[in-house]
Amino acid sequence: MHLLRWLGMAAVALAMGGYAHAATVKIGVVLPYSGANADLGHQIDKAFDLYVKLHANDIAPHKVEIIKRDEGPPTGAQAKTVTTELITNDKVQVVTGFVFSPSAIALAPVITQAKVPMIIANAGTAWITNLSPYIVRLSFSMWHPAYPMGAYAYDKIGCKTVAMAYTDFPPGKDSTEAFRTGYEKAGGKIVDSIPMGSPVQVPDFTPFFQKIKDEHPDCMYVFIPSGAHAAGVMKAYGELGMRKAGIKLIGPMDLIPDNKLQDMGEAAIGTIVMGHYARDLDNPQNKAFVAEWHKAYGPDSYPDFMSAAGWDTMHAIFDTIKKLNGDLSDGAKVVDALKGWSTNGPRGHVMIDPATRDIVQDEHAMEVYRQPDGKLGERVLGTVKAVKDECKVLKVGRCAS
Amino acid sequence: MDASETQAVLSARSAARARAADYLARRHRFRWPECLPWLLAIAAFFLLPDRMTFGAQVLIMVMFALSLDLILGYAGIVTLGHAAFFGVGAYTVGLLIARLGYTEPISSLCAAAMVAALIGFGTGWFLLRYRGLTLLMLTLATAIMLQETGNLRSDISGGYDGLPGLTIAPLFGIFQYDLYGHVNYLYVLGVLGLIFFFVRRIVYSPFGQALTGIRENVRRMHAIGSPVHRRLVTVYTIAAAIAGVAGALFTQTNAYVTLAVFDFDVSAKVMVMLILGGTGRLYGAFAGAVVYMVLEDYFSKMSPTFWQFGIGLLLVLTVLFAPRGILGLIEGASGRAARRAGP
Amino acid sequence: MPHIVSIAVSILFDGLAYAMFLFITSVGLSVTMGLMNFVNLAHGAFAMAGGYIVVTLTRSSGVDFVPALIIAAVTVGAASVPFERYLYRRLYKATDLEQVLLTIGLAFMAIAVFTYFYGPIPKSVPLPRWLQGDVNLGFRAFPSYRAFLIVLGAALIAVLWYAFERTNIGAKIRAAVDNRRMAESVGINVDRLFTLTFALGSALAALGGGLAIQLFGLTPSFAVIYLVLFLIVVAVGGLGSLKGTLLAALILGVFDTAGKYLLADAGGFFIYAVTVLVLLVKPAGFYGRE
Repeated sequence: MHLLRWLGMAAVALAMGGYAHAATVKIGVVLPYSGANADLGHQIDKAFDLYVKLHANDIAPHKVEIIKRDEGPPTGAQAKTVTTELITNDKVQVVTGFVFSPSAIALAPVITQAKVPMIIANAGTAWITNLSPYIVRLSFSMWHPAYPMGAYAYDKIGCKTVAMAYTDFPPGKDSTEAFRTGYEKAGGKIVDSIPMGSPVQVPDFTPFFQKIKDEHPDCMYVFIPSGAHAAGVMKAYGELGMRKAGIKLIGPMDLIPDNKLQDMGEAAIGTIVMGHYARDLDNPQNKAFVAEWHKAYGPDSYPDFMSAAGWDTMHAIFDTIKKLNGDLSDGAKVVDALKGWSTNGPRGHVMIDPATRDIVQDEHAMEVYRQPDGKLGERVLGTVKAVKDECKVLKVGRCAS
Repeated sequence: MDASETQAVLSARSAARARAADYLARRHRFRWPECLPWLLAIAAFFLLPDRMTFGAQVLIMVMFALSLDLILGYAGIVTLGHAAFFGVGAYTVGLLIARLGYTEPISSLCAAAMVAALIGFGTGWFLLRYRGLTLLMLTLATAIMLQETGNLRSDISGGYDGLPGLTIAPLFGIFQYDLYGHVNYLYVLGVLGLIFFFVRRIVYSPFGQALTGIRENVRRMHAIGSPVHRRLVTVYTIAAAIAGVAGALFTQTNAYVTLAVFDFDVSAKVMVMLILGGTGRLYGAFAGAVVYMVLEDYFSKMSPTFWQFGIGLLLVLTVLFAPRGILGLIEGASGRAARRAGP
Repeated sequence: MPHIVSIAVSILFDGLAYAMFLFITSVGLSVTMGLMNFVNLAHGAFAMAGGYIVVTLTRSSGVDFVPALIIAAVTVGAASVPFERYLYRRLYKATDLEQVLLTIGLAFMAIAVFTYFYGPIPKSVPLPRWLQGDVNLGFRAFPSYRAFLIVLGAALIAVLWYAFERTNIGAKIRAAVDNRRMAESVGINVDRLFTLTFALGSALAALGGGLAIQLFGLTPSFAVIYLVLFLIVVAVGGLGSLKGTLLAALILGVFDTAGKYLLADAGGFFIYAVTVLVLLVKPAGFYGRE
């Protein structure tokens, strides 16, 4: 009898213990920490660190253990190797980060097989989320800013004709395709579409822009990978005196990443972009986010749209840990917990669409202007509420499956 | 000179000749230390079961470096465009699966080898008339132009987003691939073993000797009537085929391929690995690829941001203290030990 | 047809500015490879270092852009001397492969060190007023910075040409490029000569790095991403030839610009196609020794 009672008590204790057990959730973070794109990884990494630092107590008694790995170049191979090992070797329960779409695409079969959720903090090729039921995206698709920009450019900015110029790789093609779809639907006319070489080429855009200048469209829609190229666009645009010639510069927010805006100078003023984040976005969460950022990283470091997505990504993971009480062993449950998740973050109100596991967020048309303190800022001209990934809504190309 | 002295000279000469002949006959015989890398590779399979994905990547780079050793180490052809053949092999397998739905792994490897060999033959025929920096630039431009062609037709190649979901059929129709990459590791190791055996036969054949001759003194080889260009094109074609197989395995291992396989970085990295290990030594490819990739892996886990410093320092130290590569260092050390132990 | 003329003027102007950047950055590499037969893949790292010195001087110390360029060039030129004396010199007799390994290693280390101090985010440089905006030449306006680049490049070419062709040291360098042993046997101290040209080449690279910030931005990976471009200029021009490097820079700069303007769809094909064509016809480059 004694033995039985003992056993029973032990069982109850185990069950109780299991309930109140303080779990350590292992999170694999895969970002480009080295190489030509290290600055992109940097922006997200800082946001992750900041969130974890400030919100460690939110998930008490549980803890997180972050394991960082270098995503490497945008080939998919290194990202695949390190992430597979994070899963098989380090036994992480969630993988996140992923700046490059090829990384996410290469990994889709792995995470499907391993049943480990992949929470994307950047990679923006639209159809990625269709590749695996374990993919959840907190960042954006190329269509998020580009498609609504089409109608906005025609109706509000007054672009009756547009020339497009883009870096010749998939995000560039996606972005211009999305813009064209929205813009032509609104009644606009695309006069030229110029591929400007692959992302590894010298970012000298002058010849391309000179050609557009000679064509005299109302507006020029430019997509380039947010990084060193963004500054190159603004330099070429300014040097050629295109604004004086009456050609407005428009594009997605990649054109004016916040951490490079102050270096862009006079040429950037008047540029109108569509995007879900800017450092100047006026909402209380963002004010707090930016203040904490400057406190942690100094006044010369700026968060940008990647950082904002990184912050929300970590927020979503923490909320999931709370919701599942530290037990993230079942990948399907994690994904279920994330479906329909919503918050008010630096970007404003964002939500995970339960049907597509992709983000739903507001897109703002923002104009660069000179603030009273002499610095450059962005002001919101108009807002398109609750934008879904239109590529999947309209079932374009690979987004259909 | 009297008769006995002449006799002595003659006998010494014939003894030397016998020794040389003996050396030449024995040189290609199997030596026991050659087992070591293979034993290590098999031991890794049992000791590090969680690291087989990485292990397969290392073996693929070994194979790629081996193909470069054939042309760089043995024939003295310096190229910065070897990624062209790696990429062609990778895309052959990729396109077979994505566009034609053909997933059988081993025949795909053969197809990749053939396509890469064809490209190798075509470009080699034209380019191997050149040497030095000119050849370097021409091979480099070939690889980049292949990449640009791929980007122009991204409807076929998938561009820089690549061809996703390239899952191959089970090996021999039986062995299924798994998340941990166990089957894949053994598969890659098996293919590497076969290719190594083949390469070893080549370098110790008369053809291999002729290549070394070309590397050491092109003019003399011309003078003795050796068909230099034909031999260079032949070895270039063989090396291209092997690089193609390595690329094909790369696609099969990752189930994915993008245009980045043609990157300049890929060509440069394999060359650095080979020089690090030691050129013209067969096992230099093993030592270089393994040391480079393991250290890169180790450093990049230690510091994802600054690991390049460690790799850079390794390369600089190698040049200063082990100019013939890691294998040269080992050979030097064992040679000294042997001399000390000897009479 | 004024439209075609205007296109041609645009292409020539932009191509010329680009060519000047290519020339300034590559000429040092060409001389190093021609004179000592040394493959210096760390050349881009010296350019990158120059760029960061300019950034530091202009941003933190308030030095003007042009003096900062000069200081950067002098500093990097001087700093390159110990590298040459204590590291490169050991490998002059070594094979190309060892030189490649050493200099790639140095470039990797430089990238890591500069990332540590400056971070990976692209840097820009504040320009003085007179380099912003454009200058009007009567028939049309040109961007001031590019005009500055062309003028500076032309001036440098004149100075280098004079030094190379008309001075004693220049004659010695040419003699050493042509036949090193002969030069040594007539009493030219080739070692010292090489230290000098190496420092000059590195200084020019640093100047090119400083000038490139405004064109392409500056990150630590500058050390390797444009290396292929520099090597192409050197190969097409011919090793160790000032004239050849200039011609190669001009042709590649103008053709690349024209290709971008007129045939954007062909993408990066153009510059490589030109390279292959030139090298197939003239394997040693325009002015290299066959």
